[in-house]
Amino acid sequence: MNKIRLIIWREFITRVRKPSFLIMTILGPLLITGAILAMAWIGMQESVDHKVLVIDTEGLIGRKLEDSEPLRLTFYKDGALWTDSAFKESPYTIQVRLIEGSITDNPRADLIYKTKPSEFAKQYISTELEKSLEISKLQREGIDREAYARVRKPLDLTMYDVKDLGKESFADEKAMIGFFFGYFMFIFIFMYGVQVMRGVMEEKQNRIVEVLISSVRPFQLMMGKIVGVAMVGFTQFMLWIGITLVMVVVGMSVLAASKFDPAMLAENGMTAQMQQQLAQQGAAAQASPVDADKLSEIIAQVNIPLVLAVFAFFFVGGYLLYSSLLAAIGSAVDSETDTQQFMFPVTIPMIVAIFIAQLAVLNSESPAVLWGSMIPFTAPIVMMVRVVMGTVPMWQLLLSMALLVLTFIGSVWLAGRIYRTGILMYGKKVSWKELGRWMMYKG
Amino acid sequence: MLRIEKVSKRFGAFTALDGITMEVPAGQVFGLLGPNGAGKTTLIRIITRITGPDEGRVLLDGHEMGPDDVARMGYLPEERGLYKKMKVGEQALYLAQLKGMRKAEAQKRLKAWFERWEMSTWWNKKVEELSKGMAQKVQFITTVLHEPRLLILDEPFSGFDPINAELIRSEILRLRDAGVTVMLSTHSMPSVEELCDHIGLIDKAKLMLHGNVREIRRRYADNTYRIEFKGNKVALANALAFTGELLDVQENGEYNHARVRLAKDAKLNDVLRQLLPSIELHGVQEEVPRMHDIFIKVVSEHEPEEVAAGMTE
Repeated sequence: MNKIRLIIWREFITRVRKPSFLIMTILGPLLITGAILAMAWIGMQESVDHKVLVIDTEGLIGRKLEDSEPLRLTFYKDGALWTDSAFKESPYTIQVRLIEGSITDNPRADLIYKTKPSEFAKQYISTELEKSLEISKLQREGIDREAYARVRKPLDLTMYDVKDLGKESFADEKAMIGFFFGYFMFIFIFMYGVQVMRGVMEEKQNRIVEVLISSVRPFQLMMGKIVGVAMVGFTQFMLWIGITLVMVVVGMSVLAASKFDPAMLAENGMTAQMQQQLAQQGAAAQASPVDADKLSEIIAQVNIPLVLAVFAFFFVGGYLLYSSLLAAIGSAVDSETDTQQFMFPVTIPMIVAIFIAQLAVLNSESPAVLWGSMIPFTAPIVMMVRVVMGTVPMWQLLLSMALLVLTFIGSVWLAGRIYRTGILMYGKKVSWKELGRWMMYKG
Repeated sequence: MLRIEKVSKRFGAFTALDGITMEVPAGQVFGLLGPNGAGKTTLIRIITRITGPDEGRVLLDGHEMGPDDVARMGYLPEERGLYKKMKVGEQALYLAQLKGMRKAEAQKRLKAWFERWEMSTWWNKKVEELSKGMAQKVQFITTVLHEPRLLILDEPFSGFDPINAELIRSEILRLRDAGVTVMLSTHSMPSVEELCDHIGLIDKAKLMLHGNVREIRRRYADNTYRIEFKGNKVALANALAFTGELLDVQENGEYNHARVRLAKDAKLNDVLRQLLPSIELHGVQEEVPRMHDIFIKVVSEHEPEEVAAGMTE
């Protein structure tokens, strides 16, 4: 036991002391927050002034088009058609031609640009024109504007779970959060599993492994490495959370000081884009801008202690399962290039799990999701989605956990048998058949 | 000290060891010989408990070896290395602790060894900064640091330059004199003659030859003598006519050097008595076969066509 602790400590300390660990620990959150903030910030920044000339030969635009300062966009109007050469020589950057006669049934317009407008700018122009056209359309049809506004009120569909009728159900939103957890699980299991594999290969390539196993059992060596790397993972995870929180807080306050208005961001750009994305995934058709109240309501509905406990459990279980298999692979090969043929079948279930997790967001009751959350190879990822959504009966959760435990015990045992033969085998191209034979060798 | 009893090991259809029984006497240097692929490393791995035998057992001081005996054993494998990115001192400490040594004790002994071999300045260097020979010295130290009673060295001299090989050689003898039992496998026959008291020769999973080096060489001696003399070569040939044969003669300055092989039942004294009238004798020495020759003879009789390949390394 003492020896295993020594091995764990070495695996942990040599990794944590590496410059690359420090860099990744600091850079990881920097990249994450940097990416989030940069997307928000840069997305908003328009590099050029947009002078938009709207050609409205029929006089359909009934009100003044509103310019947008953050998008650096100004509207101009003309009743006559412009020749292309005249537009080319003009100071305008964008020309929008409302197509004559199309207004009654299917309003259309052409946008001709000199420099391509951003998605935000395009969306803004379209929305602004639409709103203005609406007024003249209403006049044509003889509809009262206020009456129309009343008619147009969208249906506010609120979902309730019959088991909890008092509260609105945010199943879709929760599914998204669950998917995020599942995805995170995937990244983590894979990243550290591969580290275990590399570590095993390093010991084999260094030729230190035989020196070591004359002092400790191969199984102790393998488990020491797996646990040590897991500890590195936990340490990095904790540091990331800490650093990310600090940086998000600092970053947000800096942006706030420089007149950054998240509300405007939501109104102009992000909602349009998010809506599009969500519509594509078919997830949440009614995705309205998430306000703070709703967010806290969603969070309140998620059983956070349960989610965290389940995350920890399934991370440990899934990591043990996959890292032991990856350790066996690392022991069997002589170099990184030989790992490919064995890596493939190990990676497939993980990819499948991500697909099923995506499916769970759309249809949490599908049989694929049920089975995916039971089969140990996909359960860590799929079950995460279900747990966050709160749709898992306790017996299913416990069954899935039990299956995972049984499977990782099996896989660790199996990997141990391959490992102890593999680490002493040099210069041999290993096949699947060969691995099977190693499992049969006596100790 | 160490007794191997009817040890067999198979990997699938391949038999690596076939009923090996041999004894390694305490406080001596035992040479484990054999061509490549004979099963030496497998036997060593069974003794060091890295793998288990399919049949048979290994006894240490009369009892069957258990996990605790590993701490009393030092093992330098043929495929040996160190963590490249780790510092020398730190790594040596780690390996010593894995052997069950306390940290403070390990540190003390390591410092002493590093000083003795004038390598104290390496302590904080990374292994990748060391030359191959330097790394080998570190490996040797970590093998013997916990003062094992049984030392097992698989090809200890491979990769060493002559100076360091000599250092290791004298260290092995020093340890033997201190009571350590040493088992080493090697392809270098001169070092077997120089170092080993006993040998075991394995070929194709079977033990072919086993025993005291001097006795084995004696056993293979074929009554060949080297004679230094002045006088007529023909007289020598004549004198040998019925009692042996003249293998070759070289005129070398003042004396002639002849190699003669006596008939099986011939006595040297009788032959000399016949020779003395016709030559002026200067010296006579029996030619005991070298281990190299015995090795080739034994292995080639066992597997005639493969011996050349086995001896190349």
